[in-house]
Amino acid sequence: MSAVIEAPIPQEQHDAGGPWRAAFRRLRGDRVGMLCLFVVAAYLLMVLLAATGLIARDWDREVGVSYANPEFLAGKENLEAAASRNLGARQTAPPVDLSDIDPLAPYYKELDERTAKIKITETPRSDTLPFGGDKWGKDVIKKTIKGAEISIFVGFAASLLATFLGTVFGAFSGYYGGKINDFFEWVYNVFTSIPYILLILTFAAVFGKGVLTVIMILGITGWTGIYRLMRAEYLKHREREYVRAADAIGASDARRMFVHILPNVSHVVLVQLSQYVVQFIKAEVILSFLGFGVPVEMVSWGTMLAEAQNELVIGKWWQLAAATASMAVLVTAFSLLTDSLRDALDPKLKAVA
Amino acid sequence: MSDTANLVEVRDLRIRFRLDKTQTFDAVKGVSFDIPKNCTVALVGESGSGKSVSAMAIMGLLPPESAMVLEGSRILYQGNDLLRESRDNLQRLRGRDISVIFQEPMTSLNPVFPVGDQIAEVLRLHMGLGRAQAKARTIELLNEVGIPEAQLRVNSYPHQLSGGQQQRVMIAMAIACEPKLLIADEPTTALDVTIQKQILDLMASLKQRHQMSVLFITHDLAMVGEIADRVVVMQSGEVREAGTAAEIFQNPQHPYTKALLECRPRLDRRPRRLPVIEDFIRSQGRPVVLEERVRGVKEGDPVILEVRNLSKDFKLREGVFGHRLVRAVDHVSFKLAKGKTLGLVGESGSGKTTIGLSLMRLTDASSGEVLFEGCDLLQLTRAQLMPYKRRIQIIFQNPYASLNPRFTVGNILLEPMQIHGIGADENARMQMVHALLDRVGLMRSAYGKYPHEFSGGQRQRIAIARCLTMKPDVLICDESVSALDVSIQAQVLNLLQDLQDEFHMSYIFISHDLAVVKHISDQVMVMHNGEMVELANSDDIYLHPQHEYTRSLLSAIPRGFVPAAA
Repeated sequence: MSAVIEAPIPQEQHDAGGPWRAAFRRLRGDRVGMLCLFVVAAYLLMVLLAATGLIARDWDREVGVSYANPEFLAGKENLEAAASRNLGARQTAPPVDLSDIDPLAPYYKELDERTAKIKITETPRSDTLPFGGDKWGKDVIKKTIKGAEISIFVGFAASLLATFLGTVFGAFSGYYGGKINDFFEWVYNVFTSIPYILLILTFAAVFGKGVLTVIMILGITGWTGIYRLMRAEYLKHREREYVRAADAIGASDARRMFVHILPNVSHVVLVQLSQYVVQFIKAEVILSFLGFGVPVEMVSWGTMLAEAQNELVIGKWWQLAAATASMAVLVTAFSLLTDSLRDALDPKLKAVA
Repeated sequence: MSDTANLVEVRDLRIRFRLDKTQTFDAVKGVSFDIPKNCTVALVGESGSGKSVSAMAIMGLLPPESAMVLEGSRILYQGNDLLRESRDNLQRLRGRDISVIFQEPMTSLNPVFPVGDQIAEVLRLHMGLGRAQAKARTIELLNEVGIPEAQLRVNSYPHQLSGGQQQRVMIAMAIACEPKLLIADEPTTALDVTIQKQILDLMASLKQRHQMSVLFITHDLAMVGEIADRVVVMQSGEVREAGTAAEIFQNPQHPYTKALLECRPRLDRRPRRLPVIEDFIRSQGRPVVLEERVRGVKEGDPVILEVRNLSKDFKLREGVFGHRLVRAVDHVSFKLAKGKTLGLVGESGSGKTTIGLSLMRLTDASSGEVLFEGCDLLQLTRAQLMPYKRRIQIIFQNPYASLNPRFTVGNILLEPMQIHGIGADENARMQMVHALLDRVGLMRSAYGKYPHEFSGGQRQRIAIARCLTMKPDVLICDESVSALDVSIQAQVLNLLQDLQDEFHMSYIFISHDLAVVKHISDQVMVMHNGEMVELANSDDIYLHPQHEYTRSLLSAIPRGFVPAAA
């Protein structure tokens, strides 16, 4: 059968420009892949704009009433907003006169004068927001955009870290074998023998809260999958003739590992990397939902979902909808892009293309 | 219609491959030939000549998503056009009336089933035999194809059999249903010469006994001389010449046929250069007169490399804790004279490749000495070895595997110079690369291209150029031309010879093909089971072989057409 496919190879002159350009050409022919690439690029652009403060800078301003309705549900009854307004009204009722026994009584006049100097500009809180508001009346859309920044940053940074660790460990383990392999296999076994969530929670409890911690946790616990794949690839490739040939011309071990073998297994790395991004965005959500995620003064899709848990009981679904929908679109697009990437980057398909 | 005489008639077969959305490639351009009943037809041509594609078309095994059989093509099997037959009918024909043997027995057999089950499956599917009947017939078949202890071997898994035995199992499977036509697609290319000889004999005797026709596909014209009744020579999708074996071998008409006959190295002659196809096309097929080259090593020739008592053990795990030592190379000693070629011959598993790798320290020898200009390479540390690494280089067998697919040709050639600090700067190195590309006969535009854009012969030239960048004193050629078509093989052998004449390198030429080794070597060393069997000047070894094993190797070489056999 191989002979059948071999026949057209001499005609493959159109494949000039190297394996990378050929891979991109294949990806461009894939309509779903290109659409997903576009969606992912749009998300990344949004994150970039949010990070530089061009959009959603004022996400934590309380612009609406508590649980402001979305604009398309303007007429909906908002009991919570009404309740907080009533709360303010009740406080205006005259208190009992305690001036005889109040030690601060002589200073009240002075304090009142001082407070009069400070101007409080109470912005009028609107009853509706484009896609509703949260408990403090923050705009859900801006929150989602700002949340994307943290979630996607965490996803990418953690998957880069995990991929880096997994690739390096796997390369050493597979390339050298022997004692080095035994050591990494032992570490691998320890890591994979502990239930994943438990492992994450342990790290989270030790490191304390913070974005960096989340990245560290996910990176340190997540390298095992790619380690396994890379070790297998290096085991296979170190015996290949082109690596032997590199040895023959005097290339060092490091050069053989990272200059010769790595580009030939890079499709595995890339595909695994993109799968990690999806996985870690979801993991960040879970961590934040469990309260081990990003600190309270920041917002991520995970913290939004954690808030949504209570809101849903009182029928405020929009924060949940915004966070899950934006996450679902990104994750789906990224997963499909990963599939397309794997097809486009597989060097075995080269002969057929 | 003459369907009484011809089993298969291929008429004006044209097959087009779709490369991508816009490009197509015509693999077969109007090919016609007949396969008479009870007759062996050899389809001969280089890779890319369309010979395999034509055979696959007969089997109906072309990939439907990329291959198109064009209008007007006909493949008549006993008068029925196979191209218009329904899928079900074809399915019934395949395996029962027409069966096929592929090149690689290792990949054609399913590794997770015992071989007996795989043969029995064919019998039960096509012949409707019961379990017990099928098993009995399977043992019969294995006996017939010459597998010893067939009763026990039915339960063996493919990896427990040798390559030759695997191919015998494939043949047993192919003849299980008494087919009328057996298609053999390069069935012996992956096998050693001695095994190749046995398989060819087996196929010839089976053909006689079962009264079947055989379509034998190969790139090696000399090989079919002994078994083929008719020969069809193909080149770039067209039939160049067709006729009986006697006509083709004794009175070839087309220059291409003449070239194919001449470019294979022969045991009885040693021209200074092997004739290549271009010579024949240019001279309109007149035989090129060439003077003979004198070979041999004399006492007192300066020695560059001396190997003393080299041994290599491999540790095989056995049982849970135990292991067993397998001696791959057993106390081998030889001297390599400066500017001369030492040929290493032996079957696979004879340890010849291990010797090559040990000399380069690509695998660590168990004991012995390798003296290079008096310095024992095996005792050196990695750092001490570096200056010597440059001076001993190796060209591997498979030109598809030995070049990094992610490097451009330029990178491949620059890398050794960068590592060893050869050349003053990048510019000087670039100059050297360009000069080398010219020297090995590649275009300068190859510099920016990737290995997959080249053919097998061109890739082997790249591998040769990579070694030349370091100006080595010793070049080890590990089956370097075995994977190439005979015509390309001749070109590469000529190139290697020219380079030796020019740079006075010493070669260690490892091959299982005695004719090739005889052609290029001054001295020949015959290896068997890790031991050196015989070492002598190449002419002596061919004229007066001392050892029984050497004689058996020599007798296995295809002799081309033997009139008495026809």
